[in-house]
Amino acid sequence: MSLAISARFARRELRAGLNGFRIFLACLALGVAAIAAVGSVRTAIEAGLEREGAALLGGDAEMDFTYRFATDEERAWMEQTANRVSEIVDFRSMAVVEQNGATERALTQVKGVDAAYPLLGDVVLEPAMPLNEALADYGAVMERVLADRLGLQVGDTFRLGTQKLTLRAILVREPDSAAGGFGLGPRTLVKTKSLAFAELLAPGTLFNSQYRLELAEDVDLNAVQFQARGRFEDSGMRWRDSRNGAPGVARFVERLGAFLVLVGLSGLAVGGVGVSAAVRAYLATKTSVIATLRTLGADRRTIFQTYFIQIGALSLVGIFIGLVLGAMVPVLLAPVITAQLPIPAVFTIYPAPLVEAALYGLLTAFIFTLWPLARAEEVRAATLFRDALSRAQLLPSKRYLVITAVALAALVSLAGWFSGTWRLTLWTAGGIAFALGLLTLSAIFVRWLSRRGARVVRSPALRWALAAISGPREGAASVVLSLGLGLSVLAAVGQIDGNLRNAISGNLPSVAPSYFFVDIQKDQMPGFSERLDNDAAVSRVDSAPMLRGVITKINGRPAREVAGNHWVIRGDHGVTYSTAIPDNTRLLAGEWWPEDYSGPPLISFAAEEAEEMGLKLGDEMTVNILGRDITGTIASFREVDFSTAGIGFILAMNPGALAAAPHTFISTVYAEPDAEAQILRDLASAFPNITAIRVRDAIQRVADVLAGVAAATSYGAATTLLTGFLVLIGAAAAGTGARTYEAAVLKTLGASRKRILISFALRAALLGLAAGLVALAAGIAGGWAVSRFVMETDFAIIWSNALTIITGGVFATLLAGLAFAWGPLAARPAQVLRARE
Amino acid sequence: MSDPVLMLRNTALSLDGNAGRVDILHDISMDVPRGETLGLVGPSGSGKSSLLMLMGGLEQATGGSVKALGQELTQMNEDALARFRRDHMGVVFQSFHLIPTMTALENVATPLELAGTNDAFDRARAELAAVGLDHRADHYPSQMSGGEQQRVALARASVTRPDILLADEPTGNLDGTNGAAIMDLLFGLRDRHGATLVLVTHAAELAARCDRVIRLADGRIADQQAQAAE
Repeated sequence: MSLAISARFARRELRAGLNGFRIFLACLALGVAAIAAVGSVRTAIEAGLEREGAALLGGDAEMDFTYRFATDEERAWMEQTANRVSEIVDFRSMAVVEQNGATERALTQVKGVDAAYPLLGDVVLEPAMPLNEALADYGAVMERVLADRLGLQVGDTFRLGTQKLTLRAILVREPDSAAGGFGLGPRTLVKTKSLAFAELLAPGTLFNSQYRLELAEDVDLNAVQFQARGRFEDSGMRWRDSRNGAPGVARFVERLGAFLVLVGLSGLAVGGVGVSAAVRAYLATKTSVIATLRTLGADRRTIFQTYFIQIGALSLVGIFIGLVLGAMVPVLLAPVITAQLPIPAVFTIYPAPLVEAALYGLLTAFIFTLWPLARAEEVRAATLFRDALSRAQLLPSKRYLVITAVALAALVSLAGWFSGTWRLTLWTAGGIAFALGLLTLSAIFVRWLSRRGARVVRSPALRWALAAISGPREGAASVVLSLGLGLSVLAAVGQIDGNLRNAISGNLPSVAPSYFFVDIQKDQMPGFSERLDNDAAVSRVDSAPMLRGVITKINGRPAREVAGNHWVIRGDHGVTYSTAIPDNTRLLAGEWWPEDYSGPPLISFAAEEAEEMGLKLGDEMTVNILGRDITGTIASFREVDFSTAGIGFILAMNPGALAAAPHTFISTVYAEPDAEAQILRDLASAFPNITAIRVRDAIQRVADVLAGVAAATSYGAATTLLTGFLVLIGAAAAGTGARTYEAAVLKTLGASRKRILISFALRAALLGLAAGLVALAAGIAGGWAVSRFVMETDFAIIWSNALTIITGGVFATLLAGLAFAWGPLAARPAQVLRARE
Repeated sequence: MSDPVLMLRNTALSLDGNAGRVDILHDISMDVPRGETLGLVGPSGSGKSSLLMLMGGLEQATGGSVKALGQELTQMNEDALARFRRDHMGVVFQSFHLIPTMTALENVATPLELAGTNDAFDRARAELAAVGLDHRADHYPSQMSGGEQQRVALARASVTRPDILLADEPTGNLDGTNGAAIMDLLFGLRDRHGATLVLVTHAAELAARCDRVIRLADGRIADQQAQAAE
């Protein structure tokens, strides 16, 4: 039978209006809107980063060197290539203030600039003044948070290293702040030449030099990049240009966006449960129509097509509403969002994220409606005089199961492709599938338990409640599935977030050091050690020489070709040398070099990372340190544990390979908390060039960033829960007819309205409790799995969060249940019963 | 007498319900010749509606044979049965079973549309006129009285000119006047188009208008009697 006839029948059916489809539309629209909105904001930020790339970078292009300034040759190439060049030096240091006999110290990220800075954009100061004027004559500017911490007013003096400087203004905005990435301390801006005698930039100290280039307008960035890389990349030069001005931020936004879209997909899955329930409820009302059509000669295909077209059309409406919402909300909220963002964003309507959201919406609607639609074609003509549907198969035919599986695979593949994080996508999909499976089993168990309970419970109100839950009309499955899945996502996010915070802040004090000291010169080491060795409050001091190096080649081939995009290959990392095996090091393979070894360079590499990169003993590795290539042979693999926040080097070499290069020492100090302040005062006074990083502060800074991520994730999870609540309302509304009839019969038999209300409240609360408990189990399982396998942290149940979830579940169902209880309670029994006859 | 239009041999029907297996019809054997008007009567639960549904292929027999127009209905699947009904049968129910989202005209046109007929709506309009409802063509079922709805159902059942008309207590939900009018229409349609009519009824005066009456009791044929045509 032709599709045209089905379409005609579908159109006639749809003339009856959207009654009964409000929840269907709301679920689909909300899910699609959340994904479209997240995608739109992400695209807006990416567009902003792209448009402002040059300003964010502080130039059209940047050449970055670790640990050293540009060589004369490099500098000459820059002068020749660019119209203007600006040199910046970036490093950590301690800002020190001596006032009224007391000394205050704070970690700061110092940026030394030249007269050309900034090549693009403006530095905003308070009080307003030109930057060059503020920085002249040993002037400096710093962020307000740092000035406040040190108790500094404009006009006061402070020290960086041994250099005295005057605070001339508060730094309100630096145009290139997003390009620098994650800094451990607030910013101080100073002229590089003011630091000439500060003893901070001695050879071997940890600093980065960056050269911003202003290029002619018609210059081909690709060609310049190619030329620069060809000439200088082997010397550790890193290139960035305005096409990707803030790669760290861009990557972060991309990943957070992808993660939030996956959370949004969980919301869509919850919406899918509502969509499925709505379609089932709709088709239940259409049973006699379908049976009549069958009597008149309609075959299965005509029936399926008729309802597929109807549900398809409604899905398109829901998705369209979602897309309009998802596209418009970010645009309307643009002023608010822009004010909150530290980075530029261009808000407009972007087609790509809308297409992505629409595809997700279409596939989800398809997956969740196919099953009930497939059952519609099972309706037999005999249903007209006998309830034959109850004898229908639980599962649809194999054809529909295969189509559902294919659509599911397509959805997961699409999500993986769009998000670019297959691992996370598969984890999310697995988590949702696991939660749905667990919730389905729980719904069956809850109904079974209620049926058993109803037989033994004496209280009539509770017995009615249990009997209702066990029956087919209360929508136990819908409530447990939708609310349960929403709460599961929220519980999992809560457990992961809580455990991550615990891992960062809670668990560390017992093992983590109090301070990292960096930039200790070799000749300062004896004095440094002496101060700490004689202090009873200091339990342990680990010191090691530290250089920075970039792994450029493995076995003579470019490292990226061998190890892909492994994090060890990206950027520079600490490199050390040691005569003997350090005390806390365990060799897993190979041998450490003899103490008097003086042959070609040998390398001891971190075992886990070596395995990930596919390295084996005897491989040759080239490391660029201070512009010089050093090639060594891997002689051993050792265990390196980064989780204890102690010193951990990926790469160690024999002393002969590195000792001649200028370098400094790094030291971790484990001390009683009470003694920390005095240690810092003594060491900082004796060695002004040394930078101390308080581990607790650094952890707090990381925790602050994570708190922001957790907040964004919670908003995503809240959308999921809101969808769950909508489904809940749908289920409560769908059961109104049955409850009205039940209340009428009970009233006829003499039950008071109070008693009936208690029964209604009990069934809602019991279902909510069941959903909350299952969600908790699923959330804890999800949280454990992510903590254990993805984050690789310890896991402990966060009970405060867990109890909130259960309470939330009970409260939400109670609210929805009672909201729809008034109608049935108020209805007159005679009217209801007569209408049934 | 010509070849039987309907032929049942040792037909049985059992259904699996929640309370276990229920035997509804036992060992039914009967023939219905072309053009006959057959009344099925009996007390509630005797199986007369089930027997009618077996004849229409709306229910599948669990034993024996059901042949309509020489074709074995028990061998057909649901879709084949649907097509067979579309081409050869018209069914009228006690509770009308009009499609609430379709107008009277669309309801009547539906079987013709399913058969792919080009002039479905013209023929449906003519059929509505034949039952006196051409002025109600664009009305929905909810806007019509019970008697009018059953007239639409009659028009829908006869519009394809079926060989067999099956009616399950067609006056059961109507008052005496409306019921009589519907029966006049039903027998009038049968007389005009020459269809075989099988009718389930409780009403003695209705049964009296049939050529033959079969009485069912406990799922078996209790007795049958031929009646003089009016």
